[in-house]
Amino acid sequence: MFMILGYPAPLMFGQLLLGLINGAFYALLSLGLAVIFGMLNIVNFAHGALFMLGAFVAWGLLEFFGINYWVALILAPLIVGAFGILLEKTLIARLYKLDHLYGLLLTFGLALVIEGLARNQFGSSGMPYRIPAALQGATNVGFMFLPNYRAWVVVASAVMCLITWLIIEKTKIGAMLRAATENAPLVQAFGINVPRMITLTYAGGVALAAFAGVLAAPIYSVNPNMGANFIIVVFAVVVIGGMGSILGSIITGFGLGIIEGLTKVFYPQGSATVIFVVMVIVLLVRPAGLFGKNA
Amino acid sequence: MTLSRRSLLGTAAAAPALPVAGRRARADDNVIKIGVLNDMSGPYRDTGGLSSVAGVELAVAEFASKGFKVEVLSADHQNKPDLGASIAGQWYDRDGVDVIMDVPTSSVGLAVAGVAKAKNKLHINIGAATVELTNSSCAPSLIHYTYDTYMLAKSTGGATVKSGGDSWFFITADYAFGKQLQTDTTAMVQGAGGKVMGSVAYPFPGTTDYSSFLLQAQASGAKVLGLANAGGDTVNSVKQAHEFGISDKMRIAPLLMFITDVHALGLEVASGLVLTESFYWDMNDKTRAFTKRFLPRSPKNYPNMIHAGNYSAVLHFLKAVNDMGLPAAKANGTAIADRMKAMPVNDDCYQGSIRKDGRGLFPAYLFGVKKQSESKGPWDYYNLLQTTSGEDAYKPLSQSTCYFLKS
Repeated sequence: MFMILGYPAPLMFGQLLLGLINGAFYALLSLGLAVIFGMLNIVNFAHGALFMLGAFVAWGLLEFFGINYWVALILAPLIVGAFGILLEKTLIARLYKLDHLYGLLLTFGLALVIEGLARNQFGSSGMPYRIPAALQGATNVGFMFLPNYRAWVVVASAVMCLITWLIIEKTKIGAMLRAATENAPLVQAFGINVPRMITLTYAGGVALAAFAGVLAAPIYSVNPNMGANFIIVVFAVVVIGGMGSILGSIITGFGLGIIEGLTKVFYPQGSATVIFVVMVIVLLVRPAGLFGKNA
Repeated sequence: MTLSRRSLLGTAAAAPALPVAGRRARADDNVIKIGVLNDMSGPYRDTGGLSSVAGVELAVAEFASKGFKVEVLSADHQNKPDLGASIAGQWYDRDGVDVIMDVPTSSVGLAVAGVAKAKNKLHINIGAATVELTNSSCAPSLIHYTYDTYMLAKSTGGATVKSGGDSWFFITADYAFGKQLQTDTTAMVQGAGGKVMGSVAYPFPGTTDYSSFLLQAQASGAKVLGLANAGGDTVNSVKQAHEFGISDKMRIAPLLMFITDVHALGLEVASGLVLTESFYWDMNDKTRAFTKRFLPRSPKNYPNMIHAGNYSAVLHFLKAVNDMGLPAAKANGTAIADRMKAMPVNDDCYQGSIRKDGRGLFPAYLFGVKKQSESKGPWDYYNLLQTTSGEDAYKPLSQSTCYFLKS
């Protein structure tokens, strides 16, 4: 059998693919974080909790209203996004003039409250959520059986990342948004409602987290801790990619997924740490991150 | 990952506990204090958590008071050995707690056992699995009640090898419990003529994706996938094994699984799994009657062996206190443990005894998870496949490494 570094080639290809799948989640989550940080200058620690909320909303829609996965994929981000608007209007908007730390503390507190409430209501072992019928089963891709659902996750995340990037970099709305980040009073002087734009940006970032949550629901058990397990890694991804860099977070997300996947073969005990090792090295060499602007 | 937000909060959560505990009255001579220490916010919350407290409180309520009061405290150890040990120290020293109950997560259980041993205080461990609690870490004032890694390995592992599953690959949580469970199961498999083709240890807590390990397991060519983990980790591993079609090619042996985990998986995924518990709510009239009394206190969970174990052990403890008198019971952890060992255990959930090394001897039940079509109602999940008697299920005293047995 063809070997790579002492391991059978099919196993290695399988691991690379799995890394890519996990990377898809990292990319999607860190993208939302990067959008929020880039535009609002808020380090949104509640991102993991909102990711979890997305999964729970999908579960609730199915359980109580019989609404299926495909509708939930659209509906859950809208619902959680609306919740994000509420958060931004009532709480976060008060912090824009203050130091980053305040935003960090507030959103961290929000995350604990949201997760605590969910834990109280639903317990910690989680809820079952089925893989939608159309995506059940697996396809033989030569070197492994790839569950159809995982393939869908990669495609859906990649498309969503591309759409977000296009909106921010290539459309008029995106241009206004970027301009507002640079100089809000000037943009406002042109008659653009900057506060509303910021609110919608936060809602958009939150909706991305919820979208990732719905994607994750059939793979991981839908439980209140699911976001907490992801969020620290995702922050590392954002830092490595360069705070606020959209493209950076997408590329780093997929890249680190692969690095983590390979670590799971060569030294599984270190798979939780490897991302932070990379982070340390990157910060030593490029303090602004791989794609950061102000090195 | 090793750094979670809960661990960031750990020190913060521990700090306010100090003044609160300090304000409580010191040991009251006419009060027995029971402290329930377990995971109330992490992966083992549903397997123990508040439902374990409910079991303890039910036992206290049902124990007819014999002239002394009983008070129940509870705390969250967040699966951190240092936090668990410091709460245990405070409880024993400053709050006059007479017995610490439950303490799941083997690393924390071992730490608390060390504190209890040093202070000659009673600790009844229900939730932790490691067999070391009655071996290298044994203590005269320590009782390990409901199950352990040896018993799980013997029941689930032994039955799996016997029915043809003779080559194994382990996916193991990388801490005291997972390693011990793998070691014990490996010994059992090899002793029965089987072999171990490989294993992988993943970081605990914080791992949610097991697909990479599952592929390694599949590539090993082993017939059986042994899951040496617990709680939410087991749920995720089984779910993903199902997703990758591994459950069609390998037999999955969750070495520690509770009915609460089966509930989280749903029968669609869980049916056909084989697991070991020492309690099932629907076993007989007594267990059903217990469950009926238990449920109003714990609306979310039907009782598993940890919840029922907490109930039974506290009831047995209170009977022993009553038997030897309050002053003697409060004075000496070893004395009360010895009294508990001398009395037979007999209640709605458990019937058996406690061996001199502190090992509870109760039957181990091997269950098969029902198919959806077989399940008649909520939480109707298990078929009884095999019973191993308490005397046979546990590591024999002749192999024990417990120091005080030899003196």
